[in-house]
Amino acid sequence: MAHVNLSHFLVVAGLLFVLGLFTVLTRRNAVAVLMGVELVLNAANINLVAFNHYVVGGFGGQTFTLFVIVLAAAEAAVGLAIVLSIFHTFKTIDVRAADLMRE
Amino acid sequence: MIRPDNVLVWATFSPLVGAGLILVLTALRYALKLPKSFMDQSARWVTLAASALMLVASVLAWHWFDPGAAGLTVAGKSTGVQMVSRAVWIRPFNVEWFVGVDGLSISMVLLTGIISFVAAIASMPWWQGGKRAAELAGMDEHGHDDPHHPKHFSVRMVPAYMVLLLLLMTGMMGTFVALDMFLFYVFWEVMLLPMYFLIGVWGGPRREYAAIKFFLYTLAGSVLMLLAIIAIYYRSLPATLADGTLSARHTFNLLELAAQGRAGQFVGAASILGFAFTKIVFVALFIGFAIKVPMFPFHTWLPDAHVEAPTPISVILAGILLKMGPYGMLRFNFPILPDATEWAANAIAVFGVINIVYGAYVCLAQRDFKKLIAYSSVSHMGFTLLGMAALTPVAISGAVLNLFTHGIISPALFLLVGVLYDRAHHRDLERFGGLAQALPEYSGLTGLAFFASLGLPGLAGFIAEFMVLSGSFPVYLTYTAISATAVIITAAYYLWAMQRIFLGKLNPAYHDFPDVNWRERFVLYPLSAIMIFLGFYPQFILTAINPTLQQLIQNIRA
Amino acid sequence: MEHALNELGPIAVHKVSYLWLIPLFPAVGAFINSLFGLRIQRVAGKRAVHVLAIGTMTLSFLVAVRAFLEMYSLAPDERFLQQTLWNMVSAGRLSFDLGFALDPLSMMMVLIITFIGTLIHVFSTGYMAEEPSYWRFFAYLNLFVFAMLLLVMGDNFAVMFFGWEGVGLASYLLISFWYTDIEKAKAGMKAFVVNRFGDFGFILGLFLLFWSLGGVWAQRADLRSLGYTPEIGDRAVPEARNPFLAVGPKTAEAHEREVKIGPTLNFRELRDQVVIESTGVAEHLKHQVVWGFALMAVVGILLFVGAMGKSAQLPLYVWLPDAMAGPTPVSALIHAATMVTAGVYMVARLSYLYALSPTAMGWVAAIGVLTAFFAATIGFFQYDIKKVLAYSTVSQLGFMFVGVGVGAFWAGTYHLLTHAFFKACLFLGSGSVILGCHHEQDMRKMGGLKKHMPVTAFTYLVACWAIAGFPWASGFYSKDEILWKAFTARDLAFLGHSAPWLGPAIFVLGILAATGTSFYMFRSYYMTFTGSYRGGEGHAEEHDEDPHAAHAAPHHVTAAHPHDNVDPDAAQGHGAHGATSHGAHAADAHGHVVHGKDDHGHVHHGGAPHESPLSITAVLVVLAAGAILTGLLGIPAAWTGHEPLLERWLSPALPAEVHFAEFPHSTEFLFQGLGVGAAIVGWFFARLLFKDGRSPVPAQLKKRFFGAWTVVYNKYYVDEAYQALVVRPSLFLARFLFWFDQHVVDWLVNFVGWLGRFVANIDGAIDKYVVDGAVNAVAGLTGEAGRAMRRIETGRITTYLYGLTLGSLLVVLFNFLFR
Repeated sequence: MAHVNLSHFLVVAGLLFVLGLFTVLTRRNAVAVLMGVELVLNAANINLVAFNHYVVGGFGGQTFTLFVIVLAAAEAAVGLAIVLSIFHTFKTIDVRAADLMRE
Repeated sequence: MIRPDNVLVWATFSPLVGAGLILVLTALRYALKLPKSFMDQSARWVTLAASALMLVASVLAWHWFDPGAAGLTVAGKSTGVQMVSRAVWIRPFNVEWFVGVDGLSISMVLLTGIISFVAAIASMPWWQGGKRAAELAGMDEHGHDDPHHPKHFSVRMVPAYMVLLLLLMTGMMGTFVALDMFLFYVFWEVMLLPMYFLIGVWGGPRREYAAIKFFLYTLAGSVLMLLAIIAIYYRSLPATLADGTLSARHTFNLLELAAQGRAGQFVGAASILGFAFTKIVFVALFIGFAIKVPMFPFHTWLPDAHVEAPTPISVILAGILLKMGPYGMLRFNFPILPDATEWAANAIAVFGVINIVYGAYVCLAQRDFKKLIAYSSVSHMGFTLLGMAALTPVAISGAVLNLFTHGIISPALFLLVGVLYDRAHHRDLERFGGLAQALPEYSGLTGLAFFASLGLPGLAGFIAEFMVLSGSFPVYLTYTAISATAVIITAAYYLWAMQRIFLGKLNPAYHDFPDVNWRERFVLYPLSAIMIFLGFYPQFILTAINPTLQQLIQNIRA
Repeated sequence: MEHALNELGPIAVHKVSYLWLIPLFPAVGAFINSLFGLRIQRVAGKRAVHVLAIGTMTLSFLVAVRAFLEMYSLAPDERFLQQTLWNMVSAGRLSFDLGFALDPLSMMMVLIITFIGTLIHVFSTGYMAEEPSYWRFFAYLNLFVFAMLLLVMGDNFAVMFFGWEGVGLASYLLISFWYTDIEKAKAGMKAFVVNRFGDFGFILGLFLLFWSLGGVWAQRADLRSLGYTPEIGDRAVPEARNPFLAVGPKTAEAHEREVKIGPTLNFRELRDQVVIESTGVAEHLKHQVVWGFALMAVVGILLFVGAMGKSAQLPLYVWLPDAMAGPTPVSALIHAATMVTAGVYMVARLSYLYALSPTAMGWVAAIGVLTAFFAATIGFFQYDIKKVLAYSTVSQLGFMFVGVGVGAFWAGTYHLLTHAFFKACLFLGSGSVILGCHHEQDMRKMGGLKKHMPVTAFTYLVACWAIAGFPWASGFYSKDEILWKAFTARDLAFLGHSAPWLGPAIFVLGILAATGTSFYMFRSYYMTFTGSYRGGEGHAEEHDEDPHAAHAAPHHVTAAHPHDNVDPDAAQGHGAHGATSHGAHAADAHGHVVHGKDDHGHVHHGGAPHESPLSITAVLVVLAAGAILTGLLGIPAAWTGHEPLLERWLSPALPAEVHFAEFPHSTEFLFQGLGVGAAIVGWFFARLLFKDGRSPVPAQLKKRFFGAWTVVYNKYYVDEAYQALVVRPSLFLARFLFWFDQHVVDWLVNFVGWLGRFVANIDGAIDKYVVDGAVNAVAGLTGEAGRAMRRIETGRITTYLYGLTLGSLLVVLFNFLFR
């Protein structure tokens, strides 16, 4: 009963993913959107590690996770730089303002 | 170097090489940022050198041509075709690079060499007589934008002009030496485009109209010709190619086609649109060539083209392009379709007579000097048509001799018109008068050319006319008698023109016109000398052309 | 006719190598002077120019004399010198060489041309001394002599035609020598064009003859082959060359004896095959028909049309009077002594052909006598001394044609010879007078010149004596021989019908013309040389009298101030003078001043007339002597009992034999008396009316018959008729055809062009609205769809993510639903 198996990890990851997605979809603040993206990435990380442990074995999942973490860091840096640039341009970090490429 | 077996290649392609050289030089000019004057001068010298090489090659070809030689043997019969250069070009269609000359084409090759060189010299802006003379001609480089006194053609866009001129020369020479129908057609069309631009860009006030008229008219003829060529091709039998293999099914070889035509290959061919094959093909080819002659009623492009074209282009037009019509007839219609020739002879003679008399009368009504000369060409080419139609040895030799002599005389006349136009900037006969006082040397040269053209014995024009008339006389008694009235009208319009230009009181506005300069002398004196020489020794040309033509009409009869 | 011909064989040919020198020398002179004359004249003076010209003429004359001596040493039947330079044309049946031949006839012509030509060159040095274009004049004169020598020396029709047209050219150039006067230029053009009418006939006749020799009016197809045999060839030998068989025995072995049968342009070959009966050519020719007429009649008449042009016969004579616009030596050489006689020469050269057709001969003789009479009547009333001589020349040429037309070929040729001397003398005399009177040509302003110019007056009188036909001058012998032969001729035919009456009729008209000749020649003599000098009086009188004078005789208006037109440099400054046709004094004065070196020293028009320099008078004397002495060549057989020298000399060259009626010598004497009587009557009336200019009768007669006088004075309005009937219609036709060309033929071309463009426009419209419309519709639809879809693209990441999520959910849903 207290035995933690794959399903638990998946549920946690699923919740994290949905929360992340919800944040990305609903928030207008660009920084919040970035935070949502982090949640989504971490959901994926949990999945990778869980599947590696219960299904595949070895270290592939962990390695990927490490990659993703590094990537997420880079992504956050770039994303924040963009946000900064948007703020410089539009004096706001509302993502709805940055729709110039629409036309 | 130049050998009998490659002399025709030299003659044909030396101008093309010159044109390529000019293009290279143009690229060089932009790369090295050389001045415009360098480009102009180098283009001129390349043109002169290339056309001189062409002249040398054609004179050598004439020199090496042996009228008595048996030449190439086709279908077991000697054709007299010499200096052959031959290779397979497009094997799937049996198209060959096949050039060579017989008595008919060698005279035209010589003429092309001479007249091309003359035209090249006439395109040079060398001009003595100081500032006044250069100004009169519009040759000072700094130019006139005044439409009434435009810049002389010889200083406008020189490299382009020279390239087109050289291209034109290659086209002309190629047309006369090609012995493959396809090759002939290619050269024929190569000629057309440069001519269009040379008239349309460097011409007179109505140049666009004249150029497009010339182009469309000639192109219409070419289309008919092309159809006829294709029709003949698909009715022909196979023949041996240059490398000894037998062509698949058909042939473009003109000599083979002549042999097949002689053997009746085309007589039995299926009719087209209910007309006999030979007749309809004959007519299509004939119209194509008749436009070039130009034969009434297809002649109206000629006065316009002549009047608008710059002098050297008029020279080439009158000297060579008109000759391609009769040449084509004698190369295609007569040998390949002998029975249709017999059938059409009478009609050709009638058109010849119309050309002669009609052209002469229209000349009498002219006020424009250049138009007068243009219509006189119409009249003189009529003699060739009449002579060809008569199909007697005398008449047909006279007809071809007429091509040569007219090819010498009418360029001289156009050069003379150019001389006057460069000074006066109009050609209205009524506005001259008394110029013999201001321009004695010019008057003498013009008088000589006029008398040569009106058929004064002792000058080139007479013998040809005499031979045509005497040869046609027993065949077309009445036609010839009517044509002979042209000797009166011709004398009248030339002498009247002479009177209006040179005689009487001098218009004071023209008293300081400079007389003929060295550039003009350099072309006019040789042409005049040829006129006198041929006047007393026409056999010089006749020796070469007689055997070929006599064989030709014998085949028609046989 | 037939018995004698059997005796004739082919001509024996003597090849010589120097004949070409005779025409060469003048050709060289003409070449050098025309190309470098101006420079020579500037550097070395006029003397160098005329030394060259006269030098070449003299050399030519000397070679001609050499040829004469060689010919004289041969037996009469072998007098035929020949030289071939090169073959000019051979093609098919036509072949001719640049070859020269001299037989007695052309020998005579060559001697006349070179001798009188040299004299006239000498004369010109005096007459043209003041001419700035001196070099041009001599170049043209030499060119003329060259062409004339080709004409008479050519051994075939082609070379003869070279000369025939060449003299036309030289004549054109010399008539319009003073080209700044447009009237003179027009006169030159008229001469050339009218001559071309003649050439048209000539060339047709030539072709007709040429091809009929082959018997050609057969199958057309036969003509085209090279080796076709002439119809008559069957009787000879099929090949062109035919070893001649049936000739008399003499000299058969000495020379190659072949007669070429078939078309030829060569005179000797033509003569051989026509004259030698056994070839059958003559018979053959006689029976040929063309255009429904006898062939030989048509040939003869057409060839004679050429002669009509060159020798100024009715109706083509109109150019000759106008040709007097040229300098006087030209009128003497070309328009009197040599060129205009070319027609006579041609008929004589072809005597054997004309002998085949009585119709052609009758035609020649009839035209000749009509011209003689007609021109004589015009001569009565002319005032311009050169015009009188011009009409006289026309008239005398008529006499020559009567001679050759009735079959007295030698007599016509003899008249040619005598006429060359006395008419050259008359013309040069008139030139001397014109020079002496300061370029005055109107006889009404002369008079009394005998005491000023004794030599000129005397030589003129001698020449008048000769032309009028007074005994012991040359004209008497030649003219009386012609008229006598005309009277006795019986073989003539008129349009195909035998006409024995034609000969006597010709005689009657001829004797009237002879009377007229005597009258107008002495009239000109008396008006010019007797009475008192009338120079310097105004022109007013004559212009009041004849309204048409200025129009019909343009030259005597312009001739009053010829200096106006002499100097190219001066001419420009003279525009004003040209306009005032009566400004003779001013113009003349100006002219002299411009010349500067007027060695006569006359500045005013009214200066006394003076005798001409030695170069002129010496020539006059020589010619006058010739006018008498040539009579020795033609003393009639009735006087001496043997045939005249010239007839004997010419007989080998004139093989035709024509029959004349036989009359006793007494009849011939009677007719000679009639001839002398005619001369005396003409002289008597001329003396009565015009001696010393005192008689009032001419003026009264003129008043009385003013209408008729006007008609004759204006030359029967023939020029005007030509203008209306030939020139205007031709010009009209020319303009019409040009209009036709521009507005019909070219319109058609442009119409086709327009049609092409019209069709192209329709095609373009279809393309634009139908074909391209469909393509554009598809494109438009796509565009519209795109525009509609664009709403979805908000550019906001959230929207897309909503879409993504929704899409993913849908995929999952579908996955479950449609497993």
